[in-house]
This record gives sequence, C-alpha cells and structure tokens, in this order.
Amino acid sequence: MAKESSLKNMLVTLSVVTLVASSLLGVVYSLTKGPIDEAMTAKTNNAIASVAPAFDNDPSAEQFMVELSGKAYRVYPAKMGSDVSGYAVETYSSGFGGRMSLMVGFNADGTINGTAVLSHAETPGLGDKIDASKSDFSVQFKGKNPEDFQLLVKKDGGDVDAITASTITSRAFCDAVVAAWEVFKKCDSENNKMEVSNE
Amino acid sequence: MSKLSLVTKGIIKENPIFVLLLGMCPTLGTTTSAINGLGMGLATTFVLIMSNVAISSISSLIPNKVRIPSYIVVIAAFVTVLQLLMQAYTPGLYETLGLFIPLIVVNCIVLGRAEAFASKNSVADSALDGIGIGIGFTLGLTILGAVREILGSASIFGIKLIDGDGMLVFVLAPGAFLALGYLLVLFNKFKTRIS
Repeated sequence: MAKESSLKNMLVTLSVVTLVASSLLGVVYSLTKGPIDEAMTAKTNNAIASVAPAFDNDPSAEQFMVELSGKAYRVYPAKMGSDVSGYAVETYSSGFGGRMSLMVGFNADGTINGTAVLSHAETPGLGDKIDASKSDFSVQFKGKNPEDFQLLVKKDGGDVDAITASTITSRAFCDAVVAAWEVFKKCDSENNKMEVSNE
Repeated sequence: MSKLSLVTKGIIKENPIFVLLLGMCPTLGTTTSAINGLGMGLATTFVLIMSNVAISSISSLIPNKVRIPSYIVVIAAFVTVLQLLMQAYTPGLYETLGLFIPLIVVNCIVLGRAEAFASKNSVADSALDGIGIGIGFTLGLTILGAVREILGSASIFGIKLIDGDGMLVFVLAPGAFLALGYLLVLFNKFKTRIS
C-alpha cells in the first residue's frame, strides 16, 4: 500500500525521485557525449567531402567564419597543397517549415561543385525533395556559375526549375545558395588580396 | 489473467491506437512512412517497458498525492535517455524522429499504463503489459505508416512500387486523419468478427 501523503513523505519521495532521475541522465549524457559529437562532425565532414572539390587538407580544422549582412557563415576551405581549390560554405535560410541548412561547395572559379542538405523541416513528400536522395532538384545547381545562372525559380524570372507544389521551399533553397555565393565571393576576393600582398 | 494474454491483449483487445485511441499526436504526426512508424513504435515500446518496470517497483514507496509528478519524472528520464542514445548511435533515425521523441513524455499511453496497470501490478506483469501495449502501438503505427506511404508516395519501406508520385494528401496532415479513420473501421469490423 502507498505511503501516507504527509508533507515529509512527499518531500522526501519527490527529492529522491528527481535526484535518481537526474543522476541517471548525467551518467547517460557523459557516456553519449563523445559519440554524439562524433556523429555531428562525421555528418559535416561527409557533407564537405560530397560538395567540395578534391582536397588533401582537413577543411573542418581550417574552418573560419564570414560575416555577411549581419549573419555569420561557416566556411571550410578545400586546399590542394597550398592552393585553395574551393570552398564549402555552410549556409541557411528559412523554408516552408523552418530553418533550412545547406552545405554548398564552390570550385575556385566560382562554379557550384555540389550542394548537400544538412537539416530541414520541410513537408515530407513535397519540400523534402530538396534532398538529393529524393529528387534531382538539387542536382541542377551542379556545375553552374551563379554569374550567368540566375539563382531564382523560373516563376520569379530565374533559371531554377522549382519543385512542383513547393515554390516556397525552392525559393528558400535558392536564397541559401545565393547567400553561400556571396560568402564565396567575399572569401575569394580576400584570398586574392592576400596573394597579391604576398608578392 | 495468464501471462500470454497480458501480452496479446495489448495487440488486439486493447490496441492503443485502434481501440484505446491514445497517443494520437505521435500516431498522426510520425506516420508519414512505414519506417518512421516502426521507429516511433519501437522508441515508445522501449519507454513503456522501462517506465512500467520502474514504476511498478517503486509505486509502493510513493505517497498517493505526489504519484503523478513522480511518474512523469520517471518517464521523462527514460525518454531523455532514449533521445541521447538515439542521437549517439542512430543519427539517421534521430534526424527523422528527433522532433517527436520528446513528445513520448506526454504520450497518454505511457502515463496511462503507469497509472492504470504498473502501479497496481507486479514488476514482471508490468513488463509484459509494456511489451504487449508496445507491440500493439508499433503494429498500429507501422500499418498506418505503410498505408500512408503506399497511397501517398507509391512506395513501401522506401521501395518504389510504381513509377509516380501517389496521392500527396496522404503524406500531409489531412491524409493522416483519413487513413486512420478508415483503418479504425476495418479494425473494428475485424475485431467484432473474431470475438
């Protein structure tokens, strides 16, 4: 039979229950912290490897932040020897269901080498077609140079084929790629400046 | 009640989805595909068994007036443990279900079983009850997910059945209600026939 509901009994019970629960959580947290961090890094590294041009450095070790109109973007330089072969830019925008986060890789000449979706909250079956495993939408950006490829959906006068019934998602995807392109241009010009000053 | 019937009653007679109609939030939210339904079902089963066992073993020590808060703390602890484990070892599944995992805390089935069964029965019986209800819930979610996936995406467990897009409405929220409604009708017809 349950113990009597006296104030002392109730206080003791609740304290013990919460104490045991929180120590259990503490133990599990410390056990899983390593694997969780590893899984996150592995995911970022996979995304970099799939979008950036060939590199032999460790882009996540050389990452830096770039400020662009008040937002900070993470940039992973891909290098062959000491030459920058391109950049992977982690970019984001807001889609139909919330924040959409992408990794966009650029070659040194500014063409898009590839895109990968890091996380999104788009509608399953509609907006989630931005994922390369679900449709070819994201493939159309590969090999395009935003200088002569209008990063707008066709409805808005651009060159991008939108996902059927997901114009908002497609626009958000384009916005993210545009932001990445701006970040790339900034990195690229700074990089060139450095080279000039080195000479 | 025999040990076997403790398990089987959760599958048909007291199926949490089709008979008790409990836990509708994860039921309707996560079942956009069969694999999501299966994953959510298994996650809930884990929490159900763990919390049933824990609660039935401590229920005699808990004063009546603080019983609900104590149960909720126990359930929430197990859900968080599960969330951390999934995040660490099955990041792919965590990505699709991550949003819904914390909602297991407020899933009526878990608290319902703790209050209605685990607090009054032995540890072993509560574990069996957790397994039975868990299997019933998993089955229900998988069936609902499969129906929605077949109709909505023309595929099953990610394998394309026919070339084409399917009826999108079944992947979206209204389709969840429609599919659940028709499945309820079928299940009750089937249930009255066998009993």
